[in-house]
Amino acid sequence: MKLSPDETIFWQYGFFTINLTLVTTWALMIVLIVAARLITRKLSTGITISRWQCMLEIIVTGINNQIKDIGLKNPNEYIGFIGTLFLFIGISNLFIIFPGYTPPTASLSTTAALAISVFIAVPFFGISKSGLGGYLKSYLKPTFIMLPFNLISEASRTLALAVRLFGNVMSGGMIVAILLSISPFIFPVIMNVLGLLTGMVQAYIFSILATVYITAAVHDSKKTAKPELVTNNKTNNNG
Amino acid sequence: MDSTSLIAVASIVMAGFTTGIGCMMPAIGEGKAVASALSSLAQQPDAAPTITRTLFVGLAMIESTAIYCFVVSMILIFANPFWNHIIAK
Repeated sequence: MKLSPDETIFWQYGFFTINLTLVTTWALMIVLIVAARLITRKLSTGITISRWQCMLEIIVTGINNQIKDIGLKNPNEYIGFIGTLFLFIGISNLFIIFPGYTPPTASLSTTAALAISVFIAVPFFGISKSGLGGYLKSYLKPTFIMLPFNLISEASRTLALAVRLFGNVMSGGMIVAILLSISPFIFPVIMNVLGLLTGMVQAYIFSILATVYITAAVHDSKKTAKPELVTNNKTNNNG
Repeated sequence: MDSTSLIAVASIVMAGFTTGIGCMMPAIGEGKAVASALSSLAQQPDAAPTITRTLFVGLAMIESTAIYCFVVSMILIFANPFWNHIIAK
């Protein structure tokens, strides 16, 4: 039994391999880009808008509201990153309705790449808000004794992000594959529906957690810069 | 018992225990979380979006422990390093 789509290799030359994960990821990116271009080519501001534009507006407004609810005041700065994460994971988990499709998120390499991009984005946003010194001082919160624990939580939550998404999607596919050999007709379909639900929930969770981590970094650094302005409640950010 | 069958037995039994215990404990935790979320929803229906979002994030955190156990038992069954070592010898 194949644990991940990494093991289906199409082409290999030395260090470079082209496997199913890469092919599906690029196909998904092409689908997303082409769809976005097609929909946004003829946007209208009139009373009647096309159905696709309505769908896109719902998605963008929803993501913006979620980001604002968590505590980032200006969601337009962050929707480029967080919305991309949500759309990519969501679409790649949604496409399991097509037969023969293996989601690229069922491979640990894809989810590790996504988690590492979150790992890089958190200091990026933190530094861009308050400078290098202000961000680095947020590691010394509440006292300098917490420095190693802050560093450990930084690494462990990245690992948790990657393994959580990978485990959920992989287990969905694995359960369907096992059930196909036991009761092949109706029951795998129900488990597939459950897989659709968990896929969307995992996409939501991944982007929400990324937002929470970014919010913590931005707010902590801001507290260092101007301690009298911020009175937010501290979100728990341990992965 | 030679070492090959010893490794096989230990891996399979421990895979079962890992998934079993790793399903039980997070299930209890998730049940408690959902129960308290429901009672607070009944008390304050206005706070539904916040409670639901926090509940989802918390449930995902709890459930990820179950997922870790599942991944470990999958590794024990399908990609066992000790088994591969014995087989390769």
